[in-house]
Parts: sequence; structure tokens; C-alpha cells
Amino acid sequence: MDSFIVISLIKIFVVFGALMTILAYLQWVERKLIAHIQVRPGPYRVGPHGLLQPVADVIKLITKEDLVPPYVNKTLYLAAPFLAITLALLSIAVIPFGPKIQVAGYQTWMQLTDLNFGVLFILGVSSMGVYGIVLAGWSSNNKYALLGGLRSSAQMISYELPLSLAIAAPLLVSNTLSLRKLVDTQDGWLWNWNLFHGFQYVSFIVFVIAAFAETNRVPFDLPEAENELVAGFHTEYSSMKFASFFMAEYANMITVSCMAVLLFLGGWVAPWPAAYGSGYVPVAIFGVAGVITIWRGLNPRRSRDRFTFPPFGVVFLIAAAVFLVPLLQSALLPLFWFCAKTGAILFLFIWIRGTLPRFRYDQLMGFAWKVLFPVAMLNLLATGLVIAMSS
Amino acid sequence: MMGHVPLSWFLMLSAVLFSLGVAGFIFRRNIITMFMSIELILNAVNLTFITFAYQRQQVAGHLFAFFVMVVAAAEAAVGLAIILTVFKNRGTLNIDDLDSMKN
Amino acid sequence: MDLILFLVFAGLAVVAAINVVVQRHPISSAVSLIAVMGSLAVLYLLLGAEFIAAAQVIVYAGAIMVLFVFVIMLLNAGGETKAGRSFVASLLGVPVLFALLAMLAYSTARIYPRDPEVHFGGFRGGTAEAVGRALFTTYLLPFEITSILILIAIVGAIVLARKELE
Repeated sequence: MDSFIVISLIKIFVVFGALMTILAYLQWVERKLIAHIQVRPGPYRVGPHGLLQPVADVIKLITKEDLVPPYVNKTLYLAAPFLAITLALLSIAVIPFGPKIQVAGYQTWMQLTDLNFGVLFILGVSSMGVYGIVLAGWSSNNKYALLGGLRSSAQMISYELPLSLAIAAPLLVSNTLSLRKLVDTQDGWLWNWNLFHGFQYVSFIVFVIAAFAETNRVPFDLPEAENELVAGFHTEYSSMKFASFFMAEYANMITVSCMAVLLFLGGWVAPWPAAYGSGYVPVAIFGVAGVITIWRGLNPRRSRDRFTFPPFGVVFLIAAAVFLVPLLQSALLPLFWFCAKTGAILFLFIWIRGTLPRFRYDQLMGFAWKVLFPVAMLNLLATGLVIAMSS
Repeated sequence: MMGHVPLSWFLMLSAVLFSLGVAGFIFRRNIITMFMSIELILNAVNLTFITFAYQRQQVAGHLFAFFVMVVAAAEAAVGLAIILTVFKNRGTLNIDDLDSMKN
Repeated sequence: MDLILFLVFAGLAVVAAINVVVQRHPISSAVSLIAVMGSLAVLYLLLGAEFIAAAQVIVYAGAIMVLFVFVIMLLNAGGETKAGRSFVASLLGVPVLFALLAMLAYSTARIYPRDPEVHFGGFRGGTAEAVGRALFTTYLLPFEITSILILIAIVGAIVLARKELE
């Protein structure tokens, strides 16, 4: 019993620390990617390639004046960002990052806790996430915030329906609600993934579109658009409370990306089994990245690169060497595949943000109820029919 | 004994929640608060169903609770639409002011 | 461990329920009702009803209460004005309330001299599979009727709440 508590506490600290760092650097990745899409450099002054920009942002947000306007409803005003960030981080608790590993003689799964109904838990937490936004909009006592809050929460609950129906289809294929067993049913080769099963690609598309709307990302981000509604529901918030809403949005993005990977893309399973050499893919990727970086450091385009690129090259080569150690391979390889797939979906999120314009609110709601919901329902019916007839 | 909860405590909690819901329904004058007291009553009944499902080790109690939840959802939708219409026509949410059928 | 869990969440449920009844502004009552539903979901988990606990959070706390909160925010009618409260009534009422609760506890203890103890894992038949199996075999007729009921409710709500066509 004691070892269970100690192991769980260690896992919580590791996951929480990793998640906070990833949240901060996800913002850096987003700013750099959108900048390159728009043919401009992005942040490059604070540290090499702007890598210390998130640190500067955190310092700025913490030291900003924490203003509580006198006309707000104090209890709800203070509770709303707390609720938002808590619920956003809570859903990470059931996401498995890898299989059973052995650490210092203790066997444990790379997951904080496995629930029999893990998918329902994530759905429940995301439906409670509406309250953070709607209570923030209400308590601010400001018509822009109220409008933004109401619009955003109406959008979120409207898109929860196609999201749930799109989640139900691969659950029918995998026949389980536990996230761990979902990945186990997709073990093996690339075509075992749920994405390539019949027409689950329809479910995948519906899921991704509904996920964009659930997390209030472009093209569905009208409720928090700066040039339409002042700043939407977080108009009256400053400093750490505003940072909480930001972190909650990115944490929600990470959660839905992890869900997409677990439901459709096979979780931590490599595209082809390790017996055929898929264990050397991360070595190859990091090795090539390290060689290119060192070569660029020796023939630099800008004089600053002579100093900044070689350390990164060395780091990449060390990472490639770490993947060759057989002791760490059983833990690192599944983690690499999981992070690579989640990173691909996050790249899709950021890519679409840099490319598409945003929907008008009535177009958004009409699309949810008139197009996405019937498509999701028909998809579920068709999947059920196929499963029932083939068994 | 340490760590186990007697079943009757769940039933007593359900009775307390039920009576609080009835008290809220009788004593409050705002229509929406009265409606929320009804939801409290339905939740207390759900707890009783699930408790007896545990005692009899059958899943039928869970099914009953599920149907109560579904009916409460339908009732909430229609009831809130009625409240919206009443507010549009009368401008008040106080149930004492809705007495146009009184002689 | 289960005892502590029960005491904490049952206490939270009772305090929040009292808050629902006592608060003047409906939005505070709504938020307290969400707290009641959350603590009841934990108690359902203790009783082995995992699917119903998830349904409680997703349907009740996550959809029905959002509907309530929306309507309260749209109507924006403000808090209730304090009607004439009689001090004597509350002076008499609270002791009578406690006396009735004590009678309830005593009679429940008399009816259940050796009631079964609830512990986490005492009932394993509340999984989604068990509920789904019963829902689609034994209780198929109520299931279909409730789906028609929901359709009627949707149509009714839309008809009642739409703008009048001139």
C-alpha cells in the first residue's frame, strides 16, 4: 500500500512538472510556427531562437498587478480561473503515455491511474469545463465578457454532441472504455490502428473539427477573438488569473490531442513492430537532426549561429545515443511514439490557426447542428451496423 | 469496521436532501429556485435507488436512476422554456405575481 | 478510508443543499446545486455505480445545470427580495428540525439492526457493460419510450422559446 502511494506521488510530480514545461514551450512552438507561416522570424531575441521567451512571459505574468475590479462578484470571479485550470489538468490523470515499465524494481504503468470508464471520465471533465468560462463571463459584470462567456459556452456544449458521437465510433470498434485497453486493441502494424478500420476516418475528421470547437481554437475562436469582442470572457482578468485561462486552453488542446492519438492513432504503439527495427527510428531522426545542426553551426547563415547551433547539435546526438541504451528503450520508445503522434496533432492545431479565417457565430452554430451532428450520428449508425453484421 | 459505511447512512442522507428540496420548493418564491429544488428532490431519489441496488446486488436500480435522469433532463428543457415565455409575457419571476386566474 | 470519503462528501452535499435553499440570488443556488451533484457522483462511485456516476457528471452537472445557468444569465432578474420572515418561526423550527432528524436516525437504526456495510468494490455490477446489457435487453421498451420523450421535449422547447412569427 505504501509503495503504491509513494510511486503515485512520484508519478504525479513527474507528470505535473513535464506538463507545465510543455505548456510553456507549446506557446513558444506556436509563436514560432505561426511566425514562419507568415514569413517572419517570431521571437528570437530572448535567448537563442527565443527559447527563453516563455520564461520571460511567466515572469511578466507573475509580476503584473493583480487587479480585482470592485464591481465584480468576488466569489465567482476568483473561482472561475481556478476551476478552469483544475479541470483542464484533471483529465491528464487518466491518459496513458506508455506500457508497463520497471523502475528500480517496481513495476508500474506510465499512467497516473487507469479507470474502467476512462473515456467517460474525460467526457465528464470536459463538460464541466464549460463552467470556468461561463462563470468568468458572468462574474465580470461587463457586457462584453458576458456575451463572450455565453457564446463560448453555447459553442462548447453544442460541439460536445458530435464529439461524444465521434468518440463512440472507435469505442464500438475497440469494445472497451478503458484507455489502456484501447491502445492494446490497436497493437501491431500500421493497419491495426483504429483510423484505418473501415470508414473511421470520418469519425477522425468529425472528432478533430469538434475538438477545435471544444478548445475554442481557430476557426472557432470568435468568443475570445480580440478584434470582435474586446477580449471575450477574460476581459476583466489580469496576471495570474489570465494566465490560468491561457494554460487551461493549452492543457485542453493537449488533452484532445492525446485523446485523438489514443482513440485513432494507436497510442504508444509503433507503426511496425519492434522486431522489424522500429526501435531505430528515433535514433535515425535525432542523429540526422544532430548532424544537420552541427553542419549548419560550422557553415552558419548568421554569425550568431556559430555559437547557438553546435550545443543543440550535441544535445540531439546525445538524445540519439540515449535511445540506443537497451535498459531505457522499453520506457523511452513508447513515450517517443506517443509524443511524436501527439506532436503531429498539435502541429495540425497550430497550422490551422495560422492558415484559416474564423467563422461567424451563426455559421459556427449552424455548422454544429445542421452538418456535424447528423454526420456524426450517421457515422455511428453505420459503424454499429458494420460491427453487428461482421460478428 | 474501520472504513466501512453502514447502508442506512446513505438512506438518511437521501431523506435529508429530499426534505431540503421540499422545503426549498415550499418556501422560495422565485420560479427558477423552485425548479432547482425539484432537481434536488430527484437527485435524492436517485441516491435511494442506487443504495438499494447495492443492497440487492442488482443493476436494476441503476437503470431506474438512469431513466429518472433522462426524464429530469426532458423536464428541465421544457420547464425552462416555459419559464422564459412566462418572463417574456409577465416580466416577473416571482410566483406570487402569476395570479391572473384568481377571481 | 471509505468512511472519511463518505463523511466529507455527504457533509459537502448537505451544506451545498442548504445553500441552494437559503441563497437569495439564483446563480449562487445553481452553483451550489452543481456542488451537490458532484458530491453525489462521488457517493455513487462509493456504491459501485460507475456508469451512473459518469452519467450524473456528464448529463446532470454538465448539461442540465448549464441550461439552468444560461436561463438565469439570460433573464438576469436579480435576487429575491426578502419577504416577511418571522423570527419566532425560525426559533421554533430549528429545534423541531433536529428532533425530527434524531427520530429519523433512531427509527432507521431500529429497522436496520445489522445493515450491510458499504465499501468500495462491494458491488461490481455497475459497469457500463452491465448497464448497457440490461438497458438493451430487459429495459428496451422504456429506453425507446424515453427517446421519444426526449424528442417531444426538444420539439416543445423549440416551439415555446422561439420568436413569434409575425
